Amino acid sequence: MHISIAANPVLSLGPVHITNSMLATLSVLIILWLTSLFATRKMELVPTGLQNVTELGIEKLIGLTNSVIHDKKYAEKVFPLIATFFIFILFNNWFGLVPGVGSIGFNEVIEGKEVMIPLLRAGTADLNTTIALGIIVVVMTQVFGIAAIGVFRYGKKFINFSNPINFFVGLIELASELVRIISFSFRLFGNVFAGEVLLIVLGSIAPYIIPLPFYFMELFVGFIQALVFTMLALVFFSMATMTHDAH
Amino acid sequence: MEAESLKAFAAVAAIALGTIAPAFGIAMIASKGLEAMGRNPEAADKIQPSLILTCAFVEAIAVYALVIALIIKFV
Repeated sequence: MHISIAANPVLSLGPVHITNSMLATLSVLIILWLTSLFATRKMELVPTGLQNVTELGIEKLIGLTNSVIHDKKYAEKVFPLIATFFIFILFNNWFGLVPGVGSIGFNEVIEGKEVMIPLLRAGTADLNTTIALGIIVVVMTQVFGIAAIGVFRYGKKFINFSNPINFFVGLIELASELVRIISFSFRLFGNVFAGEVLLIVLGSIAPYIIPLPFYFMELFVGFIQALVFTMLALVFFSMATMTHDAH
Repeated sequence: MEAESLKAFAAVAAIALGTIAPAFGIAMIASKGLEAMGRNPEAADKIQPSLILTCAFVEAIAVYALVIALIIKFV
């Protein structure tokens, strides 16, 4: 049993190493691209089949966005990003559970031991992917905040010389923005990676039937974590547009 | 003690101590949520999603401890 925290490189193009989670993320993107291509190929007013399923999903996501952000115009602005987060994370989480992902690979000698390097590994089970997602959320929070209430009024949240208490509150706000990257990325990475480790360990204890309920739990966790990430991003985006003197 | 067994103890301590607070947290969420559902059964559909969502938030704290434990064990 070999468990590696970091994703392993499987290909190298000169100085650039392609890791197994990058390959998995790429496959997810291709699957999503093909799905949207087929879903929108013959669009009808009364949808059937794949178009119907896709529209259902998009409508649910619009409902979720509107339930947190009541301003219709602002909701329309953040919706593409929010929907992308949800779909990308959900399919990446579930891709790691597809039989064969993480179990098909090749042997390689690392530090004198022969270990199996899987060819594919869930994209969100790599800390690099989740940190990238966390950074996108935090940066876009500032962008939406500045776009909504202006540089100076938004900046007053962080740098405020009106009195010493407000100054320290601003510093704490600034630190909490940065800590958010860590909490976003570790929550997602931890849940997905821990799920994989759990399934590997259970599979080595009892290979048949026993891991099945945990497998379904992992499907559920994958969905819940995608939802949690999206909800938190939505709440931060909606908080960014509030002026500081409002509360 | 050799480094390997120290590592095992550290991993166990990290996950054992790290799950105490989230356990209380989930217990509190569940008890309050069920109480609210019992008092107002019509609102059960509205309470349940936020119940699961807050459970996921609290669970995330336990997962931080789990990540630390796994890093100690495997790195």
